[in-house]
Amino acid sequence: MMTKWIGIALLMLSVQLHAAIEMYQFEQPEHEQLYKKMIDELRCLVCQNQNLSASNAGLAQDLRQQTYEMVSKGQSQQQIVDYMTQRYGDFVLYRPPVKLSTVLLWFGPIIMLLMGLIVLMMSLKKRKQATDEALSEEQQLRMKQLLDKGEK
Amino acid sequence: MKNSLPLIAFVLLVILLGVGLTLDPREVPSPFIGKPAPTFDLPKLYASTDSISVAEMKGKVWLLNVWASWCGACRAEHQVINRLVKNHQIEIIGLNYKDNADQAKQWLQELGNPYASIAVDHDGRTGIDWGVYGVPETFVVDKKGIIRYKNIGPVYQQDVDNTLLPLINQLQQESS
Repeated sequence: MMTKWIGIALLMLSVQLHAAIEMYQFEQPEHEQLYKKMIDELRCLVCQNQNLSASNAGLAQDLRQQTYEMVSKGQSQQQIVDYMTQRYGDFVLYRPPVKLSTVLLWFGPIIMLLMGLIVLMMSLKKRKQATDEALSEEQQLRMKQLLDKGEK
Repeated sequence: MKNSLPLIAFVLLVILLGVGLTLDPREVPSPFIGKPAPTFDLPKLYASTDSISVAEMKGKVWLLNVWASWCGACRAEHQVINRLVKNHQIEIIGLNYKDNADQAKQWLQELGNPYASIAVDHDGRTGIDWGVYGVPETFVVDKKGIIRYKNIGPVYQQDVDNTLLPLINQLQQESS
């Protein structure tokens, strides 16, 4: 019984949280789609690991409002991206453009992976060689000597 | 030599990660450095029918200090700003960002008003135009109206001594 009431109380809390998110009316479904896409792809500058849609920071609200207004005026995705990067730099984009300064960001992981694969292949090859090679006569003689010594 | 390869790789990785540790991910590089200051024409805090614009600052080296009475770090830097104006006769325009006018005035009465004038950015639009993402922020604008430097977060005395003053002095020498 108690858990049921707690459950209901929690549900009411979640409704309250959602109520804090602003509601926007869109005249065209494409506008709404673009708006949703943009706020997913733009970063909240204040809370850096959230996008605009997930953040409730004041600046995120303002930027959502700005995005909404631009979308409603029929501006394109590129125009919105330009507006944001002009003010906040490439950092505002979750998918920054490929440039000299972002090369490491884009291709670093692949380079690391390739380097790891090369090292792995090299060491596997070495290990195989080491086990495959038969002992030379000299080495066999020395092995025998050592084994004999041990038996005494 | 053969065995030193992993060591070299390790050292390189340590250097890479070590450099990463010294960078502050909260400091987003401003795309405005070297670009003209975004214009604004905003009402003044103490004379709301009067306005202040970026254009009328042309020919002067000036600072734009973005602040709000709700911002704790602004309180922390305010004495540094007061001293900077008092000792060096620098014009600082305050941008009162998303604030309540009465609280802003109260705040200045309590802590002192170093600003040549204060522009009121009630809805934060001008803040967005200037790429402001966290108050306080301080911009240095040269005589031609170009943004030359941005200080993100509170200005400390060492920022004034090591960065702001040398830069301002250098900019004062430049022709307008």
